[in-house]
Amino acid sequence: MAPESRSRVHGEPGRLLVFEGLDGSGKSTQARLVSRWLGARGYRVFFTEWNSSELVSDTIRRGKKKGLLTPTTFSLLHATDFADRFERHILPPLRAGYLVICDRYAFTAFVRDAARGCDPEWVRSMYSFAPTPDKTFYFRVPVAVSLRRKIASRQKISYYEAGMDLGLAAEVETSYERFQNRLKREYERSVDRDGFTIIEADRPVERVHAQLRHEIRPLLDGFPTEAKLIRADESVAS
Amino acid sequence: MRTRALRASTYGTRLPGLPREPLTGRLIVIEGADGSGRTTEVGLLRDWLEIQGHPVVESGLRRSTLVAEQIDRAKQGHTLGGTTLALFYAVDFADQLENKILPALAAGSTVLADRYIYTLMARAIVRGASRAWAEKLYSFALKPDLVLLLDAKPDVLLHRSIGKYGSLDYWESGMDLSLSRDRFESFFLYQARLAAEIDWMVKEYGFYKIDANRSPNAVHADVRRLVQQIYKDGVDRSRPAPAPGPVNGRARRAAAA
Repeated sequence: MAPESRSRVHGEPGRLLVFEGLDGSGKSTQARLVSRWLGARGYRVFFTEWNSSELVSDTIRRGKKKGLLTPTTFSLLHATDFADRFERHILPPLRAGYLVICDRYAFTAFVRDAARGCDPEWVRSMYSFAPTPDKTFYFRVPVAVSLRRKIASRQKISYYEAGMDLGLAAEVETSYERFQNRLKREYERSVDRDGFTIIEADRPVERVHAQLRHEIRPLLDGFPTEAKLIRADESVAS
Repeated sequence: MRTRALRASTYGTRLPGLPREPLTGRLIVIEGADGSGRTTEVGLLRDWLEIQGHPVVESGLRRSTLVAEQIDRAKQGHTLGGTTLALFYAVDFADQLENKILPALAAGSTVLADRYIYTLMARAIVRGASRAWAEKLYSFALKPDLVLLLDAKPDVLLHRSIGKYGSLDYWESGMDLSLSRDRFESFFLYQARLAAEIDWMVKEYGFYKIDANRSPNAVHADVRRLVQQIYKDGVDRSRPAPAPGPVNGRARRAAAA
Protein backbone atom coordinates (compact mmCIF):
# COMPACT_ATOMS: atom_id res chain seq x y z
CA MET A 1 0.00 0.00 0.00
CA ALA A 2 1.47 3.32 -1.04
CA PRO A 3 2.14 5.53 1.97
CA GLU A 4 0.13 8.46 0.56
CA SER A 5 -3.00 6.34 0.56
CA ARG A 6 -2.78 5.78 4.30
CA SER A 7 -4.98 7.84 6.59
CA ARG A 8 -3.21 10.91 7.89
CA VAL A 9 -5.20 10.58 11.12
CA HIS A 10 -4.40 7.03 12.24
CA GLY A 11 -1.91 5.77 9.66
CA GLU A 12 -3.86 2.70 8.57
CA PRO A 13 -4.68 2.05 4.90
CA GLY A 14 -8.44 2.12 5.58
CA ARG A 15 -10.67 5.00 6.62
CA LEU A 16 -12.80 5.22 9.73
CA LEU A 17 -16.15 7.02 9.52
CA VAL A 18 -18.12 7.30 12.72
CA PHE A 19 -21.80 8.09 13.25
CA GLU A 20 -22.68 9.36 16.71
CA GLY A 21 -25.73 10.90 18.33
CA LEU A 22 -28.70 10.28 20.57
CA ASP A 23 -31.15 7.44 20.04
CA GLY A 24 -33.59 8.47 17.36
CA SER A 25 -31.23 11.00 15.81
CA GLY A 26 -31.31 9.09 12.52
CA LYS A 27 -27.64 8.13 12.60
CA SER A 28 -28.25 4.40 12.02
CA THR A 29 -30.47 5.06 9.01
CA GLN A 30 -27.81 7.34 7.54
CA ALA A 31 -24.92 5.00 8.36
CA ARG A 32 -26.67 2.29 6.36
CA LEU A 33 -27.48 4.61 3.47
CA VAL A 34 -23.90 5.82 3.33
CA SER A 35 -22.63 2.22 3.36
CA ARG A 36 -24.89 1.34 0.44
CA TRP A 37 -23.87 4.42 -1.49
CA LEU A 38 -20.15 3.78 -1.04
CA GLY A 39 -20.54 0.08 -1.77
CA ALA A 40 -22.43 0.86 -4.97
CA ARG A 41 -19.62 3.21 -5.99
CA GLY A 42 -17.21 0.30 -5.78
CA TYR A 43 -15.46 0.97 -2.50
CA ARG A 44 -14.63 -1.75 -0.05
CA VAL A 45 -17.00 -0.96 2.78
CA PHE A 46 -17.26 -2.58 6.18
CA PHE A 47 -20.27 -1.64 8.27
CA THR A 48 -20.32 -2.26 12.01
CA GLU A 49 -22.70 -1.22 14.75
CA TRP A 50 -22.27 -1.19 18.49
CA ASN A 51 -25.05 -3.42 19.66
CA SER A 52 -24.37 -5.16 22.89
CA SER A 53 -22.92 -8.60 22.34
CA GLU A 54 -24.35 -11.65 24.01
CA LEU A 55 -21.59 -11.48 26.57
CA VAL A 56 -22.55 -8.01 27.70
CA SER A 57 -26.31 -8.38 27.51
CA ASP A 58 -26.08 -11.61 29.55
CA THR A 59 -23.96 -9.96 32.19
CA ILE A 60 -26.11 -6.86 32.32
CA ARG A 61 -29.17 -9.00 32.83
CA ARG A 62 -27.48 -10.87 35.68
CA GLY A 63 -26.14 -7.69 37.19
CA LYS A 64 -29.50 -5.99 37.06
CA LYS A 65 -31.24 -8.91 38.72
CA LYS A 66 -28.78 -8.96 41.55
CA GLY A 67 -28.44 -5.19 41.73
CA LEU A 68 -24.70 -5.54 41.22
CA LEU A 69 -23.95 -3.14 38.39
CA THR A 70 -22.43 0.20 39.32
CA PRO A 71 -21.33 3.02 37.01
CA THR A 72 -17.78 1.64 37.16
CA THR A 73 -18.59 -1.98 36.33
CA PHE A 74 -21.13 -0.85 33.74
CA SER A 75 -18.46 1.28 32.10
CA LEU A 76 -15.78 -1.42 32.21
CA LEU A 77 -18.17 -4.01 30.85
CA HIS A 78 -18.98 -1.85 27.84
CA ALA A 79 -15.29 -1.13 27.33
CA THR A 80 -14.72 -4.90 27.25
CA ASP A 81 -17.48 -5.25 24.70
CA PHE A 82 -16.10 -2.42 22.57
CA ALA A 83 -12.57 -3.84 22.75
CA ASP A 84 -13.88 -7.20 21.51
CA ARG A 85 -15.75 -5.52 18.67
CA PHE A 86 -12.71 -3.38 17.92
CA GLU A 87 -10.22 -6.25 17.88
CA ARG A 88 -12.53 -8.39 15.71
CA HIS A 89 -14.49 -6.06 13.46
CA ILE A 90 -12.83 -2.66 13.30
CA LEU A 91 -9.07 -2.99 13.32
CA PRO A 92 -8.72 -5.89 10.83
CA PRO A 93 -10.77 -4.22 8.05
CA LEU A 94 -9.07 -0.90 8.78
CA ARG A 95 -5.68 -2.56 8.30
CA ALA A 96 -6.98 -4.30 5.18
CA GLY A 97 -7.86 -0.96 3.60
CA TYR A 98 -11.63 -0.84 4.02
CA LEU A 99 -13.89 2.13 4.55
CA VAL A 100 -15.09 1.20 8.01
CA ILE A 101 -18.48 2.70 8.88
CA CYS A 102 -19.21 2.65 12.60
CA ASP A 103 -22.69 3.18 13.94
CA ARG A 104 -21.49 4.39 17.38
CA TYR A 105 -17.88 4.38 18.51
CA ALA A 106 -15.98 5.16 21.71
CA PHE A 107 -17.72 8.57 21.96
CA THR A 108 -20.93 6.78 22.90
CA ALA A 109 -19.10 5.44 25.93
CA PHE A 110 -17.57 8.81 26.77
CA VAL A 111 -20.93 10.54 26.96
CA ARG A 112 -22.83 7.69 28.60
CA ASP A 113 -20.23 7.01 31.28
CA ALA A 114 -19.76 10.71 32.01
CA ALA A 115 -23.53 11.04 32.35
CA ARG A 116 -23.36 8.23 34.93
CA GLY A 117 -20.73 10.09 36.93
CA CYS A 118 -17.56 8.24 35.93
CA ASP A 119 -14.37 10.27 35.76
CA PRO A 120 -14.29 11.39 32.08
CA GLU A 121 -10.50 11.26 31.79
CA TRP A 122 -10.44 7.74 33.19
CA VAL A 123 -13.01 6.64 30.62
CA ARG A 124 -11.12 8.26 27.76
CA SER A 125 -7.85 6.68 28.78
CA MET A 126 -9.51 3.26 28.83
CA TYR A 127 -10.41 3.69 25.17
CA SER A 128 -7.06 5.09 24.12
CA PHE A 129 -6.44 1.94 22.04
CA ALA A 130 -9.17 3.13 19.66
CA PRO A 131 -7.75 5.37 16.92
CA THR A 132 -9.20 8.79 16.14
CA PRO A 133 -11.65 8.46 13.24
CA ASP A 134 -11.06 10.19 9.92
CA LYS A 135 -14.48 11.75 10.34
CA THR A 136 -17.01 11.72 13.16
CA PHE A 137 -20.53 12.84 12.33
CA TYR A 138 -22.49 14.02 15.33
CA PHE A 139 -26.21 13.86 14.65
CA ARG A 140 -27.64 16.74 16.62
CA VAL A 141 -31.35 16.64 17.49
CA PRO A 142 -33.46 18.18 20.25
CA VAL A 143 -34.11 15.69 23.03
CA ALA A 144 -37.85 16.02 22.37
CA VAL A 145 -37.29 14.64 18.85
CA SER A 146 -35.24 11.75 20.16
CA LEU A 147 -37.95 10.91 22.67
CA ARG A 148 -40.74 11.22 20.09
CA ARG A 149 -38.98 8.92 17.64
CA LYS A 150 -38.19 6.43 20.38
CA ILE A 151 -41.82 6.26 21.43
CA ALA A 152 -43.01 6.12 17.82
CA SER A 153 -40.67 3.18 17.13
CA ARG A 154 -42.55 1.22 19.85
CA GLN A 155 -39.29 -0.23 21.06
CA LYS A 156 -39.32 -0.88 24.75
CA ILE A 157 -37.08 1.58 26.58
CA SER A 158 -34.71 -0.53 28.65
CA TYR A 159 -33.84 0.12 32.28
CA TYR A 160 -30.27 1.26 31.62
CA GLU A 161 -31.13 3.06 28.39
CA ALA A 162 -33.46 5.22 30.44
CA GLY A 163 -30.77 5.74 33.07
CA MET A 164 -33.15 4.29 35.67
CA ASP A 165 -30.14 3.19 37.72
CA LEU A 166 -29.41 6.87 38.41
CA GLY A 167 -32.73 7.49 40.11
CA LEU A 168 -33.51 10.50 37.91
CA ALA A 169 -37.23 9.74 37.91
CA ALA A 170 -39.56 6.94 38.90
CA GLU A 171 -41.26 6.88 35.54
CA VAL A 172 -39.37 5.39 32.57
CA GLU A 173 -40.18 8.05 29.97
CA THR A 174 -39.33 10.93 32.28
CA SER A 175 -36.09 9.26 33.30
CA TYR A 176 -35.27 8.59 29.65
CA GLU A 177 -35.80 12.25 28.77
CA ARG A 178 -33.63 13.47 31.64
CA PHE A 179 -30.91 10.99 30.84
CA GLN A 180 -30.94 11.97 27.15
CA ASN A 181 -30.55 15.58 28.23
CA ARG A 182 -27.40 14.63 30.11
CA LEU A 183 -26.09 12.68 27.13
CA LYS A 184 -26.77 15.59 24.82
CA ARG A 185 -24.89 17.95 27.14
CA GLU A 186 -21.91 15.60 27.06
CA TYR A 187 -22.02 15.30 23.26
CA GLU A 188 -22.11 19.08 22.91
CA ARG A 189 -19.15 19.36 25.25
CA SER A 190 -17.14 16.97 23.06
CA VAL A 191 -17.77 18.76 19.76
CA ASP A 192 -14.56 20.80 19.74
CA ARG A 193 -12.32 18.42 21.61
CA ASP A 194 -13.16 15.48 19.38
CA GLY A 195 -13.55 17.44 16.17
CA PHE A 196 -17.12 16.34 15.45
CA THR A 197 -18.69 17.30 12.16
CA ILE A 198 -22.14 18.49 13.18
CA ILE A 199 -25.10 17.17 11.25
CA GLU A 200 -28.30 19.04 12.06
CA ALA A 201 -30.42 15.92 12.03
CA ASP A 202 -33.85 17.39 12.67
CA ARG A 203 -34.30 17.78 8.90
CA PRO A 204 -35.66 15.56 6.12
CA VAL A 205 -33.65 12.35 5.74
CA GLU A 206 -32.70 13.09 2.14
CA ARG A 207 -31.29 16.51 2.93
CA VAL A 208 -29.25 15.08 5.76
CA HIS A 209 -27.98 12.41 3.41
CA ALA A 210 -27.01 14.95 0.77
CA GLN A 211 -24.90 16.78 3.34
CA LEU A 212 -23.19 13.53 4.36
CA ARG A 213 -22.25 12.73 0.76
CA HIS A 214 -20.85 16.21 0.42
CA GLU A 215 -18.74 15.76 3.57
CA ILE A 216 -17.52 12.29 2.66
CA ARG A 217 -16.48 12.88 -0.98
CA PRO A 218 -13.21 14.67 -0.17
CA LEU A 219 -12.12 11.71 1.98
CA LEU A 220 -12.31 9.42 -1.03
CA ASP A 221 -9.65 11.14 -3.13
CA GLY A 222 -7.18 8.52 -4.26
CA PHE A 223 -8.90 5.80 -2.28
CA PRO A 224 -8.98 2.48 -4.15
CA THR A 225 -12.29 0.96 -5.24
CA GLU A 226 -13.45 -2.61 -5.48
CA ALA A 227 -17.13 -3.49 -5.59
CA LYS A 228 -17.79 -5.11 -2.31
CA LEU A 229 -20.06 -4.53 0.64
CA ILE A 230 -19.44 -6.53 3.73
CA ARG A 231 -21.39 -6.19 6.90
CA ALA A 232 -20.04 -7.28 10.24
CA ASP A 233 -23.09 -9.39 11.04
CA GLU A 234 -22.96 -11.18 7.68
CA SER A 235 -19.31 -11.96 8.04
CA VAL A 236 -19.86 -13.76 11.33
CA ALA A 237 -23.07 -15.50 10.28
CA SER A 238 -21.24 -18.33 8.54
CA MET B 1 -10.55 3.97 65.39
CA ARG B 2 -8.84 5.15 62.25
CA THR B 3 -10.72 6.48 59.29
CA ARG B 4 -9.77 7.54 55.83
CA ALA B 5 -11.42 9.33 52.99
CA LEU B 6 -12.23 7.19 49.98
CA ARG B 7 -11.07 9.73 47.43
CA ALA B 8 -7.64 10.14 48.97
CA SER B 9 -7.05 6.44 49.06
CA THR B 10 -7.54 5.35 45.45
CA TYR B 11 -4.79 5.57 42.85
CA GLY B 12 -6.22 8.80 41.50
CA THR B 13 -9.62 8.08 39.98
CA ARG B 14 -12.76 8.69 41.97
CA LEU B 15 -15.25 5.85 42.24
CA PRO B 16 -18.73 7.25 41.55
CA GLY B 17 -21.80 6.45 43.57
CA LEU B 18 -20.17 5.05 46.68
CA PRO B 19 -21.17 5.86 50.24
CA ARG B 20 -18.80 8.24 51.93
CA GLU B 21 -18.65 6.19 55.10
CA PRO B 22 -15.23 5.76 56.68
CA LEU B 23 -13.29 2.58 55.96
CA THR B 24 -12.09 1.23 59.22
CA GLY B 25 -10.85 -2.17 58.06
CA ARG B 26 -7.46 -2.95 56.60
CA LEU B 27 -6.57 -4.14 53.14
CA ILE B 28 -3.65 -6.54 52.90
CA VAL B 29 -2.50 -7.76 49.50
CA ILE B 30 -0.38 -10.86 48.91
CA GLU B 31 1.24 -10.83 45.49
CA GLY B 32 3.48 -13.47 43.94
CA ALA B 33 3.65 -15.83 41.00
CA ASP B 34 1.96 -19.23 40.93
CA GLY B 35 4.05 -21.51 43.13
CA SER B 36 5.39 -18.68 45.29
CA GLY B 37 3.39 -20.00 48.26
CA ARG B 38 0.64 -17.39 48.16
CA THR B 39 -2.25 -19.70 48.93
CA THR B 40 -0.42 -21.30 51.85
CA GLU B 41 0.47 -17.91 53.25
CA VAL B 42 -3.07 -16.53 52.86
CA GLY B 43 -4.33 -19.50 54.89
CA LEU B 44 -1.74 -19.07 57.64
CA LEU B 45 -2.27 -15.33 57.83
CA ARG B 46 -6.02 -15.69 57.94
CA ASP B 47 -5.81 -18.12 60.87
CA TRP B 48 -3.42 -15.88 62.73
CA LEU B 49 -5.52 -12.73 62.21
CA GLU B 50 -8.76 -14.41 63.22
CA ILE B 51 -7.20 -15.81 66.39
CA GLN B 52 -6.26 -12.24 67.24
CA GLY B 53 -9.86 -11.20 66.77
CA HIS B 54 -9.69 -9.60 63.33
CA PRO B 55 -12.52 -10.73 61.05
CA VAL B 56 -11.14 -11.62 57.63
CA VAL B 57 -12.72 -11.48 54.18
CA GLU B 58 -10.78 -12.97 51.27
CA SER B 59 -10.71 -11.75 47.71
CA GLY B 60 -8.79 -12.88 44.68
CA LEU B 61 -8.84 -12.91 40.92
CA ARG B 62 -11.77 -14.18 38.88
CA ARG B 63 -14.05 -14.50 41.87
CA SER B 64 -16.70 -11.89 41.12
CA THR B 65 -20.32 -12.97 40.97
CA LEU B 66 -20.73 -10.73 37.94
CA VAL B 67 -18.34 -12.13 35.32
CA ALA B 68 -16.08 -14.85 36.78
CA GLU B 69 -17.95 -17.59 34.89
CA GLN B 70 -17.88 -15.70 31.62
CA ILE B 71 -14.14 -15.13 31.89
CA ASP B 72 -13.61 -18.83 32.48
CA ARG B 73 -15.72 -19.62 29.45
CA ALA B 74 -13.90 -17.09 27.29
CA LYS B 75 -10.54 -18.52 28.34
CA GLN B 76 -11.62 -22.02 27.33
CA GLY B 77 -12.08 -20.84 23.77
CA HIS B 78 -8.90 -18.70 23.80
CA THR B 79 -10.69 -16.30 21.49
CA LEU B 80 -10.44 -12.93 23.21
CA GLY B 81 -7.85 -10.34 22.20
CA GLY B 82 -5.36 -8.91 24.68
CA THR B 83 -7.17 -5.62 25.30
CA THR B 84 -10.52 -7.35 25.64
CA LEU B 85 -9.22 -9.86 28.15
CA ALA B 86 -7.48 -7.13 30.18
CA LEU B 87 -10.72 -5.14 30.39
CA PHE B 88 -12.72 -8.24 31.25
CA TYR B 89 -10.44 -8.84 34.22
CA ALA B 90 -10.93 -5.22 35.22
CA VAL B 91 -14.71 -5.77 35.34
CA ASP B 92 -14.12 -8.73 37.64
CA PHE B 93 -11.83 -6.70 39.85
CA ALA B 94 -14.12 -3.65 40.01
CA ASP B 95 -17.07 -5.84 40.92
CA GLN B 96 -15.18 -7.39 43.80
CA LEU B 97 -13.86 -4.02 44.91
CA GLU B 98 -17.30 -2.44 45.04
CA ASN B 99 -19.39 -5.35 46.19
CA LYS B 100 -17.01 -7.16 48.48
CA ILE B 101 -13.83 -5.31 49.44
CA LEU B 102 -15.31 -1.88 50.19
CA PRO B 103 -18.30 -3.16 52.19
CA ALA B 104 -15.97 -5.40 54.21
CA LEU B 105 -13.61 -2.52 54.94
CA ALA B 106 -16.54 -0.29 55.86
CA ALA B 107 -17.65 -2.97 58.31
CA GLY B 108 -14.19 -3.00 59.88
CA SER B 109 -13.02 -6.34 58.52
CA THR B 110 -9.57 -7.10 57.26
CA VAL B 111 -9.56 -7.90 53.56
CA LEU B 112 -6.94 -10.40 52.52
CA ALA B 113 -6.45 -10.14 48.78
CA ASP B 114 -4.82 -13.11 47.08
CA ARG B 115 -3.38 -10.89 44.29
CA TYR B 116 -4.71 -7.50 43.32
CA ILE B 117 -4.37 -5.00 40.48
CA TYR B 118 -0.61 -5.54 40.21
CA THR B 119 -0.78 -9.03 38.73
CA LEU B 120 -3.58 -7.87 36.44
CA MET B 121 -1.51 -4.92 35.25
CA ALA B 122 1.55 -7.11 34.68
CA ARG B 123 -0.49 -9.61 32.64
CA ALA B 124 -1.99 -6.83 30.53
CA ILE B 125 1.40 -5.23 29.91
CA VAL B 126 3.15 -8.42 28.83
CA ARG B 127 0.24 -8.86 26.38
CA GLY B 128 0.92 -5.53 24.76
CA ALA B 129 -0.76 -2.86 26.87
CA SER B 130 1.31 0.17 27.83
CA ARG B 131 2.19 0.74 31.46
CA ALA B 132 0.42 4.09 31.37
CA TRP B 133 -2.78 2.51 30.07
CA ALA B 134 -2.73 -0.28 32.66
CA GLU B 135 -2.02 2.12 35.53
CA LYS B 136 -4.79 4.49 34.51
CA LEU B 137 -7.23 1.62 34.00
CA TYR B 138 -6.76 0.50 37.59
CA SER B 139 -6.45 3.96 39.09
CA PHE B 140 -9.88 3.56 40.71
CA ALA B 141 -8.46 0.82 42.95
CA LEU B 142 -8.14 1.39 46.65
CA LYS B 143 -4.59 1.74 47.92
CA PRO B 144 -3.86 -1.22 50.20
CA ASP B 145 -2.46 -0.79 53.69
CA LEU B 146 0.18 -3.35 52.90
CA VAL B 147 1.38 -5.17 49.79
CA LEU B 148 3.54 -8.23 50.35
CA LEU B 149 5.36 -9.73 47.40
CA LEU B 150 6.36 -13.37 47.78
CA ASP B 151 9.49 -13.48 45.70
CA ALA B 152 10.69 -16.89 44.50
CA LYS B 153 13.24 -17.94 41.90
CA PRO B 154 11.91 -19.26 38.56
CA ASP B 155 13.15 -22.81 39.14
CA VAL B 156 11.46 -22.90 42.54
CA LEU B 157 8.24 -21.74 40.89
CA LEU B 158 8.63 -24.35 38.19
CA HIS B 159 9.01 -27.25 40.62
CA ARG B 160 6.15 -26.12 42.82
CA SER B 161 3.95 -25.56 39.77
CA ILE B 162 4.64 -29.03 38.39
CA GLY B 163 4.25 -30.52 41.85
CA LYS B 164 0.84 -28.90 42.21
CA TYR B 165 -0.72 -29.49 38.79
CA GLY B 166 1.39 -32.35 37.53
CA SER B 167 2.03 -30.21 34.45
CA LEU B 168 2.45 -26.59 33.44
CA ASP B 169 -0.77 -24.64 33.08
CA TYR B 170 -1.50 -23.15 29.63
CA TRP B 171 -2.10 -19.63 30.94
CA GLU B 172 0.59 -19.67 33.64
CA SER B 173 3.02 -20.59 30.88
CA GLY B 174 1.80 -17.69 28.75
CA MET B 175 1.11 -20.04 25.84
CA ASP B 176 -1.32 -17.49 24.37
CA LEU B 177 1.65 -15.18 23.73
CA SER B 178 3.33 -17.64 21.33
CA LEU B 179 6.70 -17.05 22.98
CA SER B 180 7.64 -20.66 22.30
CA ARG B 181 5.80 -23.77 21.22
CA ASP B 182 7.63 -25.57 23.99
CA ARG B 183 5.63 -25.14 27.18
CA PHE B 184 8.63 -25.53 29.47
CA GLU B 185 10.52 -22.80 27.64
CA SER B 186 7.43 -20.61 27.36
CA PHE B 187 6.90 -20.86 31.13
CA PHE B 188 10.36 -19.41 31.81
CA LEU B 189 10.05 -16.67 29.20
CA TYR B 190 6.59 -15.68 30.40
CA GLN B 191 7.45 -15.70 34.10
CA ALA B 192 10.54 -13.59 33.41
CA ARG B 193 8.44 -11.00 31.60
CA LEU B 194 5.90 -10.90 34.41
CA ALA B 195 8.66 -10.61 36.99
CA ALA B 196 10.15 -7.67 35.10
CA GLU B 197 6.82 -5.85 35.28
CA ILE B 198 6.30 -6.66 38.95
CA ASP B 199 9.82 -5.44 39.56
CA TRP B 200 9.22 -1.79 38.65
CA MET B 201 6.01 -1.86 40.69
CA VAL B 202 7.94 -2.83 43.84
CA LYS B 203 9.29 0.69 44.14
CA GLU B 204 6.43 2.52 42.46
CA TYR B 205 3.77 0.97 44.70
CA GLY B 206 5.83 0.33 47.82
CA PHE B 207 5.73 -3.48 48.01
CA TYR B 208 7.49 -5.38 50.76
CA LYS B 209 9.50 -8.15 49.15
CA ILE B 210 9.69 -11.40 51.07
CA ASP B 211 12.14 -14.14 50.16
CA ALA B 212 9.80 -17.00 49.30
CA ASN B 213 12.48 -19.56 48.45
CA ARG B 214 12.27 -20.64 52.08
CA SER B 215 9.90 -22.79 54.12
CA PRO B 216 6.29 -21.62 54.71
CA ASN B 217 7.09 -21.05 58.41
CA ALA B 218 10.06 -18.80 57.70
CA VAL B 219 7.97 -16.81 55.21
CA HIS B 220 5.08 -16.56 57.63
CA ALA B 221 7.32 -15.22 60.40
CA ASP B 222 8.32 -12.32 58.14
CA VAL B 223 4.73 -11.73 57.11
CA ARG B 224 3.54 -11.54 60.72
CA ARG B 225 6.17 -8.98 61.56
CA LEU B 226 5.02 -6.69 58.73
CA VAL B 227 1.31 -7.22 59.27
CA GLN B 228 1.64 -6.46 62.98
CA GLN B 229 2.83 -2.98 62.05
CA ILE B 230 -0.37 -1.95 60.31
CA TYR B 231 -2.48 -2.92 63.32
CA LYS B 232 -0.16 -1.07 65.68
CA ASP B 233 -0.35 1.99 63.46
CA GLY B 234 -4.08 2.06 63.96
CA VAL B 235 -3.80 2.54 67.73
CA ASP B 236 -2.29 5.99 67.64
CA ARG B 237 -3.37 8.05 64.67
CA SER B 238 -1.84 11.28 65.86
CA ARG B 239 1.55 10.39 64.40
CA PRO B 240 2.32 9.17 60.90
CA ALA B 241 2.96 5.47 60.46
CA PRO B 242 6.62 4.51 60.87
CA ALA B 243 7.87 3.05 57.63
CA PRO B 244 9.71 -0.24 58.13
CA GLY B 245 11.52 -0.84 54.88
CA PRO B 246 11.52 0.89 51.53
CA VAL B 247 8.39 3.01 51.32
CA ASN B 248 8.20 5.53 48.52
CA GLY B 249 6.63 8.96 48.59
CA ARG B 250 3.34 7.77 47.18
CA ALA B 251 2.90 5.06 49.79
CA ARG B 252 3.86 7.46 52.55
CA ARG B 253 1.30 10.00 51.41
CA ALA B 254 -1.27 7.22 51.38
CA ALA B 255 -0.35 6.27 54.93
CA ALA B 256 -0.75 9.86 56.01
CA ALA B 257 -4.10 10.31 54.26
